[in-house]
Amino acid sequence: MRAAIVGVGIHPFGRAPGKSGMQLGAHAARLALQDAGVEWKDMQFGCGGSYSSGNADALGNELGLTGVAFTNILNACATGGSSLLAACREIQSGSAQLGLVVGFDKHDRGAFNADPSEYGLGPWYGEAGLMLTTQFFGMKLQKYMHDYGITVDTLARVAEKAYQNGALNPNAWRRTPIAFEQIKDSAMVNDPLTKYMFCSPSEGGVALVVCREDIAHRFTHKPVFVSAAAMRTRLAGAFEVYGTSVGLGHIPNATELASRAAYEIAGLGPKDIDIVQLQDTEAGAEVMHMAESGLCAHGEQERMLRQGETRIGGRLPINTDGGCLANGEPIGASGLRQIHEIVLQLRGAAGDRQVPGSPRTGYTHVYGAPGISAVTILQT
Amino acid sequence: MIEAAHPNARSRPIDQHLFTWPANDPALLGSRCRVCHQYAFPANPSCRYCGKLDVETVELPRRGRLWTWTIQRFMPKTPYRSAETEATFVPFGVGYVELPGALRVETRLTENDPRRLRIGAEMALIIYTHRVDEDGTAVVNYAFRPL
Repeated sequence: MRAAIVGVGIHPFGRAPGKSGMQLGAHAARLALQDAGVEWKDMQFGCGGSYSSGNADALGNELGLTGVAFTNILNACATGGSSLLAACREIQSGSAQLGLVVGFDKHDRGAFNADPSEYGLGPWYGEAGLMLTTQFFGMKLQKYMHDYGITVDTLARVAEKAYQNGALNPNAWRRTPIAFEQIKDSAMVNDPLTKYMFCSPSEGGVALVVCREDIAHRFTHKPVFVSAAAMRTRLAGAFEVYGTSVGLGHIPNATELASRAAYEIAGLGPKDIDIVQLQDTEAGAEVMHMAESGLCAHGEQERMLRQGETRIGGRLPINTDGGCLANGEPIGASGLRQIHEIVLQLRGAAGDRQVPGSPRTGYTHVYGAPGISAVTILQT
Repeated sequence: MIEAAHPNARSRPIDQHLFTWPANDPALLGSRCRVCHQYAFPANPSCRYCGKLDVETVELPRRGRLWTWTIQRFMPKTPYRSAETEATFVPFGVGYVELPGALRVETRLTENDPRRLRIGAEMALIIYTHRVDEDGTAVVNYAFRPL
Protein backbone atom coordinates (compact mmCIF):
# COMPACT_ATOMS: atom_id res chain seq x y z
CA MET A 1 0.00 0.00 0.00
CA ARG A 2 1.52 3.31 -1.12
CA ALA A 3 0.69 6.80 0.05
CA ALA A 4 -0.76 9.24 -2.47
CA ILE A 5 -0.33 13.01 -2.61
CA VAL A 6 -3.76 14.51 -3.29
CA GLY A 7 -3.23 18.16 -2.38
CA VAL A 8 -0.32 20.61 -2.59
CA GLY A 9 0.16 24.19 -1.45
CA ILE A 10 3.06 26.63 -1.40
CA HIS A 11 3.79 30.09 -0.10
CA PRO A 12 6.10 31.81 -2.60
CA PHE A 13 9.78 31.56 -1.63
CA GLY A 14 12.06 34.54 -1.04
CA ARG A 15 11.41 37.28 1.48
CA ALA A 16 8.01 37.73 3.11
CA PRO A 17 8.32 40.85 5.28
CA GLY A 18 5.77 41.12 8.06
CA LYS A 19 4.93 37.41 8.02
CA SER A 20 6.28 34.84 10.45
CA GLY A 21 7.67 31.53 9.22
CA MET A 22 4.70 29.88 10.89
CA GLN A 23 2.29 32.01 8.83
CA LEU A 24 4.05 30.91 5.64
CA GLY A 25 3.43 27.31 6.71
CA ALA A 26 -0.22 28.03 7.53
CA HIS A 27 -0.71 29.69 4.14
CA ALA A 28 0.69 26.62 2.37
CA ALA A 29 -1.41 24.28 4.52
CA ARG A 30 -4.64 26.10 3.67
CA LEU A 31 -3.85 25.90 -0.04
CA ALA A 32 -3.01 22.18 0.16
CA LEU A 33 -6.25 21.43 2.03
CA GLN A 34 -8.22 23.45 -0.52
CA ASP A 35 -6.46 21.66 -3.38
CA ALA A 36 -7.56 18.28 -1.96
CA GLY A 37 -11.05 19.56 -1.14
CA VAL A 38 -10.70 18.70 2.55
CA GLU A 39 -10.60 20.59 5.82
CA TRP A 40 -8.00 20.76 8.58
CA LYS A 41 -10.41 19.04 10.98
CA ASP A 42 -10.51 16.04 8.58
CA MET A 43 -6.80 15.38 9.12
CA GLN A 44 -6.15 12.20 11.12
CA PHE A 45 -2.48 13.10 11.59
CA GLY A 46 0.01 15.81 10.78
CA CYS A 47 3.79 16.04 10.69
CA GLY A 48 6.44 18.51 9.65
CA GLY A 49 9.03 20.95 10.84
CA SER A 50 11.11 24.07 10.58
CA TYR A 51 14.71 24.86 11.53
CA SER A 52 14.38 28.52 12.56
CA SER A 53 10.65 29.23 12.87
CA GLY A 54 9.40 27.10 15.71
CA ASN A 55 7.57 23.82 16.20
CA ALA A 56 5.30 22.90 13.32
CA ASP A 57 2.53 21.72 15.66
CA ALA A 58 2.04 25.36 16.68
CA LEU A 59 0.38 25.74 13.27
CA GLY A 60 -2.70 24.62 15.19
CA ASN A 61 -2.84 28.17 16.54
CA GLU A 62 -3.37 29.36 12.97
CA LEU A 63 -5.43 26.52 11.52
CA GLY A 64 -7.43 25.51 14.60
CA LEU A 65 -6.68 23.26 17.56
CA THR A 66 -8.42 20.03 16.64
CA GLY A 67 -6.67 17.49 18.86
CA VAL A 68 -4.93 16.02 15.80
CA ALA A 69 -1.92 13.69 16.36
CA PHE A 70 0.82 16.01 15.14
CA THR A 71 4.52 15.11 15.24
CA ASN A 72 7.29 17.69 14.94
CA ILE A 73 10.10 16.53 12.69
CA LEU A 74 13.50 18.20 12.46
CA ASN A 75 16.16 16.50 10.38
CA ALA A 76 18.32 19.26 8.90
CA CYS A 77 17.92 19.63 5.12
CA ALA A 78 16.11 16.28 5.08
CA THR A 79 13.28 17.65 7.26
CA GLY A 80 10.79 17.63 4.38
CA GLY A 81 11.84 14.21 3.10
CA SER A 82 11.77 12.79 6.61
CA SER A 83 8.30 14.27 7.16
CA LEU A 84 6.94 12.66 4.01
CA LEU A 85 8.61 9.38 5.00
CA ALA A 86 6.90 9.53 8.42
CA ALA A 87 3.56 10.24 6.74
CA CYS A 88 4.01 7.28 4.39
CA ARG A 89 4.69 4.99 7.34
CA GLU A 90 1.63 6.30 9.17
CA ILE A 91 -0.47 5.40 6.16
CA GLN A 92 1.27 2.10 5.39
CA SER A 93 0.85 0.96 8.99
CA GLY A 94 -2.90 1.36 8.62
CA SER A 95 -3.16 3.68 11.60
CA ALA A 96 -4.44 6.58 9.51
CA GLN A 97 -5.79 7.25 6.03
CA LEU A 98 -5.46 11.01 5.58
CA GLY A 99 -2.98 13.57 6.89
CA LEU A 100 -1.00 16.74 6.31
CA VAL A 101 2.75 17.18 5.80
CA VAL A 102 4.09 20.71 6.21
CA GLY A 103 7.42 22.52 6.24
CA PHE A 104 8.29 26.19 6.54
CA ASP A 105 11.16 28.48 7.51
CA LYS A 106 12.44 32.02 7.69
CA HIS A 107 16.21 32.52 7.98
CA ASP A 108 18.52 35.46 8.46
CA ARG A 109 20.58 36.69 5.53
CA GLY A 110 24.02 35.27 4.79
CA ALA A 111 25.57 31.86 5.36
CA PHE A 112 24.26 29.72 8.21
CA ASN A 113 26.35 29.90 11.38
CA ALA A 114 25.92 26.51 12.99
CA ASP A 115 27.07 25.62 16.52
CA PRO A 116 29.82 22.96 16.48
CA SER A 117 28.55 21.39 19.72
CA GLU A 118 25.27 20.45 18.01
CA TYR A 119 27.31 18.25 15.69
CA GLY A 120 29.50 16.66 18.35
CA LEU A 121 32.44 18.91 17.42
CA GLY A 122 34.67 20.89 19.79
CA PRO A 123 34.54 24.71 19.89
CA TRP A 124 37.96 24.80 18.16
CA TYR A 125 36.33 23.77 14.86
CA GLY A 126 34.20 26.90 14.76
CA GLU A 127 36.92 29.18 16.18
CA ALA A 128 39.34 28.03 13.48
CA GLY A 129 36.88 29.03 10.73
CA LEU A 130 35.92 25.55 9.54
CA MET A 131 32.21 25.55 10.50
CA LEU A 132 30.98 26.52 7.04
CA THR A 133 28.96 24.36 4.68
CA THR A 134 30.18 26.49 1.77
CA GLN A 135 33.76 25.25 2.33
CA PHE A 136 32.61 21.66 2.04
CA PHE A 137 30.79 22.47 -1.20
CA GLY A 138 33.91 24.09 -2.62
CA MET A 139 36.23 21.28 -1.54
CA LYS A 140 34.01 18.44 -2.71
CA LEU A 141 33.57 20.12 -6.06
CA GLN A 142 37.26 20.97 -6.46
CA LYS A 143 38.11 17.30 -6.05
CA TYR A 144 35.28 16.21 -8.35
CA MET A 145 36.28 18.59 -11.15
CA HIS A 146 39.87 17.40 -10.84
CA ASP A 147 38.88 13.73 -11.00
CA TYR A 148 36.20 13.86 -13.71
CA GLY A 149 37.13 16.81 -15.93
CA ILE A 150 34.15 19.02 -15.08
CA THR A 151 34.73 22.63 -16.14
CA VAL A 152 33.65 25.99 -14.69
CA ASP A 153 31.49 26.43 -17.82
CA THR A 154 29.37 23.49 -16.70
CA LEU A 155 28.85 25.08 -13.28
CA ALA A 156 27.80 28.34 -14.94
CA ARG A 157 25.39 26.45 -17.21
CA VAL A 158 23.69 24.85 -14.20
CA ALA A 159 23.19 28.26 -12.55
CA GLU A 160 22.08 29.85 -15.84
CA LYS A 161 19.43 27.13 -16.22
CA ALA A 162 18.25 27.58 -12.62
CA TYR A 163 17.62 31.31 -13.05
CA GLN A 164 15.93 30.74 -16.44
CA ASN A 165 13.59 28.21 -14.83
CA GLY A 166 13.02 30.52 -11.86
CA ALA A 167 11.89 33.24 -14.26
CA LEU A 168 9.11 30.88 -15.40
CA ASN A 169 8.01 30.05 -11.84
CA PRO A 170 5.67 32.54 -10.12
CA ASN A 171 6.60 31.07 -6.71
CA ALA A 172 10.37 31.47 -7.16
CA TRP A 173 12.51 34.10 -5.42
CA ARG A 174 15.03 34.84 -8.22
CA ARG A 175 12.89 35.53 -11.27
CA THR A 176 15.40 37.33 -13.47
CA PRO A 177 17.68 35.32 -15.76
CA ILE A 178 21.39 35.89 -15.16
CA ALA A 179 23.75 35.66 -18.13
CA PHE A 180 26.32 32.85 -18.36
CA GLU A 181 29.27 35.27 -18.38
CA GLN A 182 27.91 37.22 -15.43
CA ILE A 183 27.62 34.02 -13.38
CA LYS A 184 31.16 32.98 -14.32
CA ASP A 185 32.65 36.41 -13.63
CA SER A 186 30.84 37.17 -10.36
CA ALA A 187 32.88 37.34 -7.14
CA MET A 188 34.61 34.15 -6.06
CA VAL A 189 33.17 32.96 -2.72
CA ASN A 190 34.66 29.52 -2.04
CA ASP A 191 36.80 28.42 -4.98
CA PRO A 192 35.71 27.27 -7.56
CA LEU A 193 32.25 28.65 -6.72
CA THR A 194 31.23 32.21 -7.49
CA LYS A 195 28.46 34.29 -5.92
CA TYR A 196 25.78 33.38 -8.49
CA MET A 197 26.60 29.68 -8.22
CA PHE A 198 25.38 29.63 -4.60
CA CYS A 199 21.86 29.61 -3.19
CA SER A 200 21.03 31.69 -0.10
CA PRO A 201 18.96 30.98 2.99
CA SER A 202 15.42 32.31 2.33
CA GLU A 203 11.80 32.02 3.45
CA GLY A 204 8.87 29.89 2.36
CA GLY A 205 6.33 27.23 3.21
CA VAL A 206 5.01 24.07 1.53
CA ALA A 207 2.32 21.57 2.51
CA LEU A 208 1.01 18.29 1.11
CA VAL A 209 -2.19 16.36 1.82
CA VAL A 210 -1.47 12.64 1.72
CA CYS A 211 -3.79 9.65 1.89
CA ARG A 212 -4.00 5.93 1.36
CA GLU A 213 -3.51 4.99 -2.29
CA ASP A 214 -6.90 3.27 -2.66
CA ILE A 215 -8.94 6.30 -1.60
CA ALA A 216 -6.95 8.91 -3.54
CA HIS A 217 -9.59 9.32 -6.24
CA ARG A 218 -12.05 10.68 -3.67
CA PHE A 219 -9.91 13.81 -3.49
CA THR A 220 -8.43 14.29 -6.94
CA HIS A 221 -8.51 12.82 -10.41
CA LYS A 222 -4.72 13.18 -10.64
CA PRO A 223 -3.14 11.62 -7.55
CA VAL A 224 0.63 11.26 -7.39
CA PHE A 225 1.84 8.11 -5.67
CA VAL A 226 4.88 7.90 -3.41
CA SER A 227 6.59 4.81 -4.81
CA ALA A 228 9.60 5.30 -2.55
CA ALA A 229 10.76 7.54 0.28
CA ALA A 230 14.14 6.75 1.78
CA MET A 231 16.45 8.58 4.17
CA ARG A 232 20.03 7.76 5.11
CA THR A 233 22.75 9.27 7.30
CA ARG A 234 26.52 9.14 6.78
CA LEU A 235 28.90 6.20 7.02
CA ALA A 236 32.16 6.33 8.98
CA GLY A 237 34.91 7.79 6.83
CA ALA A 238 32.66 9.19 4.07
CA PHE A 239 33.35 12.69 2.71
CA GLU A 240 30.48 14.71 4.20
CA VAL A 241 29.78 18.19 5.65
CA TYR A 242 31.71 19.14 8.81
CA GLY A 243 33.96 16.11 8.50
CA THR A 244 37.18 16.60 10.47
CA SER A 245 38.57 13.54 8.75
CA VAL A 246 37.79 11.33 5.77
CA GLY A 247 38.77 7.68 5.34
CA LEU A 248 41.11 6.46 2.62
CA GLY A 249 39.49 5.03 -0.51
CA HIS A 250 35.91 5.74 -1.62
CA ILE A 251 33.19 5.28 0.97
CA PRO A 252 29.63 5.82 -0.37
CA ASN A 253 28.04 9.05 0.86
CA ALA A 254 24.54 9.58 2.27
CA THR A 255 23.17 10.58 -1.15
CA GLU A 256 24.40 7.38 -2.77
CA LEU A 257 22.94 5.28 0.05
CA ALA A 258 19.52 6.99 0.04
CA SER A 259 19.31 6.91 -3.74
CA ARG A 260 20.04 3.18 -3.96
CA ALA A 261 17.52 2.46 -1.21
CA ALA A 262 14.82 4.46 -3.00
CA TYR A 263 15.33 2.67 -6.34
CA GLU A 264 15.16 -0.66 -4.56
CA ILE A 265 11.94 0.22 -2.70
CA ALA A 266 10.30 1.48 -5.90
CA GLY A 267 11.57 -1.44 -7.99
CA LEU A 268 12.80 1.11 -10.51
CA GLY A 269 16.14 2.28 -11.87
CA PRO A 270 17.56 5.61 -13.02
CA LYS A 271 16.48 4.92 -16.61
CA ASP A 272 12.83 5.00 -15.49
CA ILE A 273 13.08 8.59 -14.22
CA ASP A 274 11.51 11.33 -16.39
CA ILE A 275 12.05 14.45 -14.28
CA VAL A 276 14.35 15.25 -11.41
CA GLN A 277 14.76 17.60 -8.43
CA LEU A 278 18.26 17.60 -6.91
CA GLN A 279 19.76 19.48 -3.98
CA ASP A 280 21.53 22.40 -5.67
CA THR A 281 22.69 24.50 -2.76
CA GLU A 282 25.39 25.39 -5.26
CA ALA A 283 25.80 24.65 -8.94
CA GLY A 284 28.38 21.91 -8.42
CA ALA A 285 26.08 20.04 -6.04
CA GLU A 286 23.57 19.51 -8.85
CA VAL A 287 26.36 18.21 -11.11
CA MET A 288 27.70 15.75 -8.51
CA HIS A 289 24.26 14.65 -7.33
CA MET A 290 23.33 13.72 -10.91
CA ALA A 291 25.94 10.99 -10.89
CA GLU A 292 25.50 10.04 -7.24
CA SER A 293 21.82 9.50 -8.00
CA GLY A 294 22.77 7.14 -10.81
CA LEU A 295 21.30 9.42 -13.47
CA CYS A 296 24.55 9.57 -15.44
CA ALA A 297 28.16 8.41 -15.29
CA HIS A 298 30.74 10.53 -13.44
CA GLY A 299 32.00 13.12 -15.91
CA GLU A 300 29.08 12.74 -18.34
CA GLN A 301 27.52 15.92 -16.90
CA GLU A 302 29.95 18.01 -18.96
CA ARG A 303 28.36 16.86 -22.22
CA MET A 304 24.80 16.75 -20.83
CA LEU A 305 24.88 20.37 -19.70
CA ARG A 306 26.54 21.51 -22.93
CA GLN A 307 23.79 19.84 -24.95
CA GLY A 308 21.00 21.19 -22.72
CA GLU A 309 19.79 17.72 -21.72
CA THR A 310 18.74 18.89 -18.25
CA ARG A 311 16.74 21.89 -19.46
CA ILE A 312 12.94 21.88 -19.42
CA GLY A 313 12.77 20.69 -23.03
CA GLY A 314 15.70 18.28 -22.65
CA ARG A 315 15.98 14.52 -22.22
CA LEU A 316 16.15 14.66 -18.39
CA PRO A 317 14.86 17.99 -16.99
CA ILE A 318 16.41 18.85 -13.61
CA ASN A 319 15.20 21.47 -11.11
CA THR A 320 12.44 22.78 -13.37
CA ASP A 321 11.24 25.23 -10.70
CA GLY A 322 14.69 26.83 -10.44
CA GLY A 323 15.84 24.64 -7.55
CA CYS A 324 17.51 26.06 -4.46
CA LEU A 325 19.49 28.45 -6.66
CA ALA A 326 16.37 30.37 -7.74
CA ASN A 327 14.22 29.66 -4.66
CA GLY A 328 16.75 29.95 -1.86
CA GLU A 329 16.70 27.48 0.98
CA PRO A 330 14.20 27.71 3.81
CA ILE A 331 15.42 24.46 5.39
CA GLY A 332 12.09 23.11 6.62
CA ALA A 333 10.30 23.83 3.34
CA SER A 334 12.98 23.08 0.78
CA GLY A 335 12.54 19.31 0.41
CA LEU A 336 8.77 19.66 0.17
CA ARG A 337 9.21 22.33 -2.54
CA GLN A 338 10.88 19.69 -4.66
CA ILE A 339 7.95 17.33 -4.15
CA HIS A 340 5.46 20.15 -4.83
CA GLU A 341 7.16 20.78 -8.17
CA ILE A 342 7.17 17.12 -9.20
CA VAL A 343 3.46 16.82 -8.33
CA LEU A 344 2.64 19.84 -10.54
CA GLN A 345 4.75 18.44 -13.38
CA LEU A 346 3.18 14.97 -13.17
CA ARG A 347 -0.28 16.55 -13.10
CA GLY A 348 0.62 18.55 -16.22
CA ALA A 349 -0.13 21.71 -14.24
CA ALA A 350 3.27 23.42 -14.15
CA GLY A 351 2.27 26.27 -16.45
CA ASP A 352 5.02 28.01 -18.42
CA ARG A 353 7.63 25.58 -17.14
CA GLN A 354 5.66 22.39 -17.88
CA VAL A 355 7.89 19.61 -19.17
CA PRO A 356 6.52 18.35 -22.50
CA GLY A 357 5.61 14.71 -23.15
CA SER A 358 3.56 13.92 -20.02
CA PRO A 359 6.29 12.85 -17.55
CA ARG A 360 5.16 9.94 -15.36
CA THR A 361 8.00 9.33 -12.89
CA GLY A 362 9.82 11.93 -10.83
CA TYR A 363 12.81 11.80 -8.45
CA THR A 364 13.59 14.18 -5.59
CA HIS A 365 16.78 14.44 -3.55
CA VAL A 366 17.95 16.53 -0.62
CA TYR A 367 21.31 16.56 1.10
CA GLY A 368 22.44 18.37 4.23
CA ALA A 369 24.77 18.62 7.19
CA PRO A 370 26.34 16.62 8.66
CA GLY A 371 25.74 13.99 5.98
CA ILE A 372 22.05 13.22 5.63
CA SER A 373 20.03 12.60 2.50
CA ALA A 374 16.41 11.88 1.60
CA VAL A 375 15.20 10.63 -1.78
CA THR A 376 11.66 10.11 -3.05
CA ILE A 377 10.33 8.56 -6.24
CA LEU A 378 6.90 9.81 -7.28
CA GLN A 379 4.63 8.37 -9.98
CA THR A 380 1.27 9.01 -11.58
CA MET B 1 52.20 34.14 4.64
CA ILE B 2 51.43 32.30 7.87
CA GLU B 3 54.53 31.49 9.94
CA ALA B 4 55.12 28.68 12.41
CA ALA B 5 54.62 29.58 16.11
CA HIS B 6 57.58 29.22 18.46
CA PRO B 7 57.10 26.48 21.08
CA ASN B 8 58.81 28.58 23.78
CA ALA B 9 56.52 31.59 23.41
CA ARG B 10 53.59 32.02 25.81
CA SER B 11 50.93 30.09 24.01
CA ARG B 12 48.11 27.62 24.38
CA PRO B 13 46.59 25.30 21.78
CA ILE B 14 43.13 26.10 20.42
CA ASP B 15 42.16 22.68 21.83
CA GLN B 16 44.18 20.52 24.26
CA HIS B 17 43.68 17.29 22.32
CA LEU B 18 44.37 18.20 18.68
CA PHE B 19 48.18 18.14 18.55
CA THR B 20 51.28 17.81 20.72
CA TRP B 21 52.22 21.24 22.12
CA PRO B 22 54.54 22.72 23.12
CA ALA B 23 56.83 20.56 21.00
CA ASN B 24 59.81 21.12 18.73
CA ASP B 25 58.38 18.68 16.20
CA PRO B 26 54.61 18.77 16.83
CA ALA B 27 52.22 16.14 15.47
CA LEU B 28 48.46 15.87 15.11
CA LEU B 29 46.85 13.45 17.55
CA GLY B 30 44.38 10.95 16.18
CA SER B 31 42.92 7.73 17.43
CA ARG B 32 43.33 4.25 16.06
CA CYS B 33 40.97 1.40 16.79
CA ARG B 34 42.70 -1.66 18.20
CA VAL B 35 39.88 -3.84 16.86
CA CYS B 36 39.36 -2.68 13.25
CA HIS B 37 42.53 -0.53 12.93
CA GLN B 38 40.70 2.50 11.48
CA TYR B 39 41.92 6.03 12.26
CA ALA B 40 40.03 9.14 13.34
CA PHE B 41 40.97 12.79 13.76
CA PRO B 42 40.61 14.33 16.27
CA ALA B 43 41.09 11.40 18.64
CA ASN B 44 37.74 9.93 19.62
CA PRO B 45 37.03 7.80 22.71
CA SER B 46 35.30 5.20 20.54
CA CYS B 47 35.66 3.95 16.97
CA ARG B 48 33.28 5.42 14.40
CA TYR B 49 33.65 2.40 12.17
CA CYS B 50 32.89 -0.40 14.65
CA GLY B 51 31.66 1.43 17.76
CA LYS B 52 34.14 -0.31 20.05
CA LEU B 53 35.78 1.57 22.94
CA ASP B 54 39.17 -0.08 22.49
CA VAL B 55 41.03 2.83 20.86
CA GLU B 56 44.50 4.32 21.36
CA THR B 57 45.71 7.87 20.80
CA VAL B 58 48.46 8.06 18.18
CA GLU B 59 50.61 10.73 16.55
CA LEU B 60 49.62 11.11 12.90
CA PRO B 61 52.12 11.48 10.03
CA ARG B 62 53.48 15.05 9.76
CA ARG B 63 53.52 15.07 5.97
CA GLY B 64 50.97 14.18 3.33
CA ARG B 65 49.46 15.19 0.00
CA LEU B 66 46.79 17.79 -0.72
CA TRP B 67 43.56 15.89 -1.47
CA THR B 68 41.33 18.90 -2.10
CA TRP B 69 41.12 22.59 -1.18
CA THR B 70 39.14 25.83 -1.34
CA ILE B 71 39.71 29.43 -0.32
CA GLN B 72 37.48 31.00 2.35
CA ARG B 73 36.96 34.42 0.80
CA PHE B 74 34.37 35.95 3.14
CA MET B 75 34.83 36.41 6.87
CA PRO B 76 32.93 33.66 8.72
CA LYS B 77 30.34 34.70 11.31
CA THR B 78 30.71 33.51 14.91
CA PRO B 79 31.68 30.89 16.09
CA TYR B 80 34.78 32.02 14.09
CA ARG B 81 37.19 33.70 16.54
CA SER B 82 40.11 35.74 15.33
CA ALA B 83 41.44 39.25 15.90
CA GLU B 84 40.23 40.26 12.43
CA THR B 85 37.48 42.64 11.41
CA GLU B 86 35.60 42.70 8.09
CA ALA B 87 38.13 45.33 7.00
CA THR B 88 41.24 43.38 7.99
CA PHE B 89 40.02 39.86 7.13
CA VAL B 90 42.49 37.91 5.03
CA PRO B 91 41.04 35.02 2.98
CA PHE B 92 42.43 31.67 4.05
CA GLY B 93 42.90 28.28 2.46
CA VAL B 94 41.11 25.17 3.73
CA GLY B 95 41.71 21.65 2.54
CA TYR B 96 42.07 17.98 3.26
CA VAL B 97 45.53 16.47 3.44
CA GLU B 98 45.94 12.74 2.91
CA LEU B 99 48.28 11.32 5.55
CA PRO B 100 49.74 8.08 4.16
CA GLY B 101 48.41 4.89 5.69
CA ALA B 102 46.13 6.79 8.07
CA LEU B 103 43.40 9.12 6.83
CA ARG B 104 42.64 12.53 5.29
CA VAL B 105 42.41 15.42 7.75
CA GLU B 106 40.55 18.68 7.32
CA THR B 107 42.87 21.61 7.89
CA ARG B 108 43.55 25.25 7.35
CA LEU B 109 46.24 25.89 4.76
CA THR B 110 48.98 28.48 5.10
CA GLU B 111 48.47 29.37 1.45
CA ASN B 112 45.52 31.41 0.12
CA ASP B 113 46.68 31.77 -3.48
CA PRO B 114 44.97 29.19 -5.75
CA ARG B 115 47.98 29.30 -8.08
CA ARG B 116 50.11 27.78 -5.34
CA LEU B 117 47.69 25.00 -4.41
CA ARG B 118 47.61 21.80 -6.42
CA ILE B 119 45.81 18.54 -5.65
CA GLY B 120 48.50 15.90 -5.03
CA ALA B 121 51.13 18.41 -3.85
CA GLU B 122 53.28 17.52 -0.83
CA MET B 123 52.26 19.28 2.39
CA ALA B 124 53.70 19.51 5.90
CA LEU B 125 52.16 20.27 9.28
CA ILE B 126 52.85 23.55 11.07
CA ILE B 127 51.48 25.10 14.24
CA TYR B 128 50.65 28.79 13.76
CA THR B 129 49.32 31.62 15.92
CA HIS B 130 45.60 31.83 15.20
CA ARG B 131 44.93 34.82 17.46
CA VAL B 132 46.37 36.51 20.54
CA ASP B 133 44.13 36.69 23.61
CA GLU B 134 43.78 39.89 25.68
CA ASP B 135 46.30 38.66 28.25
CA GLY B 136 48.90 38.26 25.51
CA THR B 137 48.66 34.47 25.21
CA ALA B 138 48.98 33.21 21.66
CA VAL B 139 46.24 30.74 20.73
CA VAL B 140 47.88 28.29 18.33
CA ASN B 141 46.20 26.05 15.77
CA TYR B 142 47.40 23.53 13.20
CA ALA B 143 47.67 24.08 9.45
CA PHE B 144 49.44 22.51 6.48
CA ARG B 145 51.86 24.29 4.17
CA PRO B 146 52.97 23.33 0.66
CA LEU B 147 56.54 22.02 0.57
